[in-house]
Amino acid sequence: MATISREEVANLARLARISMSDAELDHLAGEMDVILGAVARVQEVARADVPPTSHPLAFSNVTREDVVKPSLTPEQALSGAPASAEQRFKVPQILGEE
Amino acid sequence: MSIRDNAWQMASALSNKEISAVELANQHYEQINAVDKDVHAFLYLDKEGALAQAQEVDKKRASGEKLSPLAGVPLALKDVMTQKDVPTTCGSKILENWRPPYDSTVVTKLKEAGVIILGKTNMDEFAMGSSTENSAYGPTHNPWDLTRIPGGSGGGSSASLAAFEAPLAIGTDTGGSIRQPAAVTGTVGVKPTYGGVSRYGLVAFSSSLDQAGPCARTVLDAALLHQVIAGFDPKDSTSINQVVPDVVAAAKKLDIKGMKIGVVKQLAGEGYQKGVENKFNEAIAELVKLGAEIIEVSCPNFEYALAAYYLIAPSECSSNLARFDSIRFGLRVGDDGVKSAEEVMNLSRQAGFGREVKRRIILGTYALSSGYYDAYYGSAQKVRTLIKQDFDNAFAKCDVLVSPTAPTTAFKIGEKSNDPLAMYLNDIATIPVNMAGIGGMSLPCGLAEEDKLPVGFQIMSPAMKDDRMYLVGGALEAALLAKWGKPILDFAPKLAGSK
Repeated sequence: MATISREEVANLARLARISMSDAELDHLAGEMDVILGAVARVQEVARADVPPTSHPLAFSNVTREDVVKPSLTPEQALSGAPASAEQRFKVPQILGEE
Repeated sequence: MSIRDNAWQMASALSNKEISAVELANQHYEQINAVDKDVHAFLYLDKEGALAQAQEVDKKRASGEKLSPLAGVPLALKDVMTQKDVPTTCGSKILENWRPPYDSTVVTKLKEAGVIILGKTNMDEFAMGSSTENSAYGPTHNPWDLTRIPGGSGGGSSASLAAFEAPLAIGTDTGGSIRQPAAVTGTVGVKPTYGGVSRYGLVAFSSSLDQAGPCARTVLDAALLHQVIAGFDPKDSTSINQVVPDVVAAAKKLDIKGMKIGVVKQLAGEGYQKGVENKFNEAIAELVKLGAEIIEVSCPNFEYALAAYYLIAPSECSSNLARFDSIRFGLRVGDDGVKSAEEVMNLSRQAGFGREVKRRIILGTYALSSGYYDAYYGSAQKVRTLIKQDFDNAFAKCDVLVSPTAPTTAFKIGEKSNDPLAMYLNDIATIPVNMAGIGGMSLPCGLAEEDKLPVGFQIMSPAMKDDRMYLVGGALEAALLAKWGKPILDFAPKLAGSK
């Protein structure tokens, strides 16, 4: 039995905010099944008494002084934006038509 | 002076005023013009900026100003590092034409040292791949055989060195993206200790694994570049605030008598090409002749490293790549004034990301989703602990560990592009280093008998002991050079139009 269904992949694509065609979903569902089958091996040695490692360095709470320094101008910060107006990022509608 | 010289030779020709930085940069642009139509190592050439930078170095030198050792030497920059006002695409359509408004710390340091940045090199999209075939701008070709891959993700950087388009390059290594390209092109690549080189301005793929490092044609050249780019950076909260080990002195020492070198039992055997194993064993024999002690070590959990990596890296990527939302930078598709921000985002990410990137985002989204988190991401984090323990145990007995860098020599373009799992297996020997955050180097150790293609020798050192891999690498390189009578790249067929 497949580890992951086409419907589940469609839901993941929705969560990841990527539109996918039917053909893309079909293809990816098959690939995901193979890949998940291979990576599930980690469960063989992941015993309860092994602590997890999220990062190679054990740093925590790296802080710095809060000092004013030169930074990007509004023009520079907006230079890569697909659309901008009045020194702001211009976004498509977010609330829908009410 | 020839473009086939090493970076340190170019540096000394510059300081002796046998050549100017402008002339040297122009010679490299001539070579790029002659061969890059076949190799496709570069995505962008910043000739104007590079020549202005070179002029500046020449002016300073003429006025007697004290310059850094690599001042005036050209370099190729992987297109994942930001360089102010120069296109930075990460090999992705989603960042086509993006010109970052700031320099990465690596670029700032290169500029301060007077290193001339010729242009940006090709790569697998967002550094996800082992062949550079996942670039949205077409593959790079291996200068040893144009029908083969130059490794990945940093195939543009490695190919530029092997094609004598640049004597130095910058790569980034998340699971082997500096070392495996070095292995399959007969060049040298170093992944420094995690935190040894700033990640500020390195477009993030997997933040707990990504590390920028030097690529070159010799161990000493890599060390000189390492010295320029390494060191603490307050702009990167994961940067290590310690003195950078003296890698240049280590590369020059050439004395490894009495060093304990561990051969990792698990990084050999099934899946490793015969010629790769033979060349590796011949290099081990050289190390014995140099007076090193060889010890076999066992790292039983390395067997699970690949599986853990393909959960951890996609998980982190699914989070990091959420920033490509079509709002602040990058591609926007379908904004017709009617569609919602979410619909535009969905369409932009569909159009902007390639297949491998989508595959990893979906895989990571799955591994992090509630109900699957413990079984997948959580288990992978535990494997990471076990791999670190394996390294700790091995380094208690040895100064460095060694293995082949990649299980095979360069394969044909297209051979594995439809089989993600087969492609992932290329990283089997390089991934453990990233999982533990330690240092890793690849240097050439010969040509496999069956295909006459270069084989990479990997040296792994404990965290912040990067000098040890330069020490062993420098000594082995010298011994192999004496045995071969000429540098390995002199065995490569000449590219059409090349000098």
